[in-house]
Amino acid sequence: MKNFDFITASKLSEMTKINCDIDVHHLTRVEGHGNIHITIRQGKLINATWAVVETPRFFEVMVKGMSAERVPFLTSRICGICSISHALASIRALERAMDIVPPPPAEKLRLLAMHGETLQSHALHLFFLAIPDFVNSPNVLPLIKSNPDIVQSGLRLKETGNAISALATGRFTHPVSLVLGGVSKSPGKKELVTLRKQLESVLPDLDTTLDFCKTLSIPNFIRETEFVSLCNGSTYPFIGGDLVSTDGVRKQENDYLAMTNEYQEDFTTSKFAKLSRDSFAAGALARLNNNYKLLHPKAKEAAEAFGLEPVNHNPFMNNVAQLVECYHLVHDAISMIDALLDTSLEQLSTAWAPKSGAATGAVEAPRGVLYHHMEVDEKGKVIRGDCIIPTTQNNANIHLDLSALVRQALEEGKTDKEIQLLCEMVVRSYDPCISCSVH
Amino acid sequence: MQHLGFSHKKIKIGSFDFTCCEGCQLQLANHESTLPAFLELLDIRNFREISSDRYDDYDIALVEGSISREDEIERLKTIRKNAKVLVAYGSCACFGGVNSLKNNFPLDETVREVYGDHSVDTMPVQRISNIVKVDVSIPGCPVSKEEVERIIVSIATGSMINLPKYPVCVECKQRLNTCLFDLGEICLGPITRAGCDAVCTTGKTVCLGCRGPAEDINFQSFMQLVADKKLSLGDLDEKLRFYNCFEAFRNDKN
Repeated sequence: MKNFDFITASKLSEMTKINCDIDVHHLTRVEGHGNIHITIRQGKLINATWAVVETPRFFEVMVKGMSAERVPFLTSRICGICSISHALASIRALERAMDIVPPPPAEKLRLLAMHGETLQSHALHLFFLAIPDFVNSPNVLPLIKSNPDIVQSGLRLKETGNAISALATGRFTHPVSLVLGGVSKSPGKKELVTLRKQLESVLPDLDTTLDFCKTLSIPNFIRETEFVSLCNGSTYPFIGGDLVSTDGVRKQENDYLAMTNEYQEDFTTSKFAKLSRDSFAAGALARLNNNYKLLHPKAKEAAEAFGLEPVNHNPFMNNVAQLVECYHLVHDAISMIDALLDTSLEQLSTAWAPKSGAATGAVEAPRGVLYHHMEVDEKGKVIRGDCIIPTTQNNANIHLDLSALVRQALEEGKTDKEIQLLCEMVVRSYDPCISCSVH
Repeated sequence: MQHLGFSHKKIKIGSFDFTCCEGCQLQLANHESTLPAFLELLDIRNFREISSDRYDDYDIALVEGSISREDEIERLKTIRKNAKVLVAYGSCACFGGVNSLKNNFPLDETVREVYGDHSVDTMPVQRISNIVKVDVSIPGCPVSKEEVERIIVSIATGSMINLPKYPVCVECKQRLNTCLFDLGEICLGPITRAGCDAVCTTGKTVCLGCRGPAEDINFQSFMQLVADKKLSLGDLDEKLRFYNCFEAFRNDKN
């Protein structure tokens, strides 16, 4: 689908006059189905779009009439990568709606489960989806031969993330024991000790990954934007908190609609979102930009190694922010296990009775802030549900990044192949979860 | 290529997804310690989620997800033409899965509720065997990596492929769990096909039947159990319809 107008050598010095149509149908190495379309005429960008073409599933309709206790088991199926985040967003919304307060150790276990999911998701994205572009490879397979140490480190980090989720929730995809009122089954302390050892064993893998990533060349592209995440002021945020932006917006969890302002574009099945500007970004870089001070000291050291400090406006640095978060997750998970080992895990759930109410549950899924809003009747049946997904919030930002990136690349005289690769890479940097965004 | 004493060529494989969460294909990247060895068995010809290389000469097509849009039908038929063996994996592909819950609501109201006046292509959710011939089904939400790995190797070596015929209850008892019926809950373990190692009931949450009915189940006796325990029929029905795999029994009952 590419056409070239070859121009005379004498004009080459003036500008790279090219006509070209870049059409990436079903972008690879992302979760779900999205297309990139770029039209360039006479070396000028005419149009750049990011179009999601995923089939919608209508989860917001499916939850209607469903018993509250069943809902997390349904909504976790919105996404195969961040099922724990979806289950916990629903649980948080429904517990807040019905005034259910889970026991503190259950809250800790849920947070540990989130750490596991985020670690496996970041490792999957960095090693399987993102890094191949930086080493000119169509996938991770050639790296198994060329860089076995890196691949093994990546696999061990991912496996450890899965091991955390499996112990905290009973399984690593589609959690089993995350329920309204708490957690249905406690992990054994012996298993927690084993998991702690596994976490310690991957600390060197983080350094191996960092050293390798420092050798990669990260495109120099800045487009100023607004970053949105949770913020609770005392810990790096994962479950609940205020909704904040780098442009100074701060809102309560239940005011999520004022933070997202969803709108529909004709060329895409996923909605777009905006706040103070035409678009905003959510995800690891947004969390880091808003909560840098709350990162684990080792994670801050990792950020410093890349010169990453808030507010960073290079979307490609989201990859680095994910690696920085991996440091935080592994170190923090070790501390949490120590705390859990000192706590009684006998009472992990609280009895509850249905009552009518409505509330929002916000969590930081691996790809950014995720909102579920649930309204229930006095029998605990859902009347209305609403889910706003991180990738939905990122779509407009991705879309606008594409135009700015292509313009910059044209000025730098990049070829159409290089432009296509850069466009694919910037989309992958957001780690879009497209099935999620069209739920 | 040698595997378990059999010699065979690398298995040319493609993995495709339709309306789903992609959780099943994600399982293929799990069990990280044996992953490089498992990948050695495969020649991945088409797998959008992990690779930019795409070819249409695959022997085995793994198909995840249900069908809910017109364009998916043609894409699925093309995959069927290219594949020697088509495997439906996951409850969405095998039964329609949780996506089928959409079919309980009028389609136009459903679209309006989520997208307002914006028009969106969608149709009632179908299992893939409604559209094309399926050679092997691997149910589960999500599928288990062990089972998928075992079945792929069986296809490559020409061995028999059998799913357990007995219900989840058997595996649950083997894991010495307290019966959830005794804790006052309706569990679909007595009527659901085993093979999951009773993962949900071991985590003390009820089985919602993601692997579909076991063979020769006694549904009447199961209904009697629910009645004897004076448990809610509304709750039972919500569980039976969750993955859309007990429709024949639900209809009989009414």
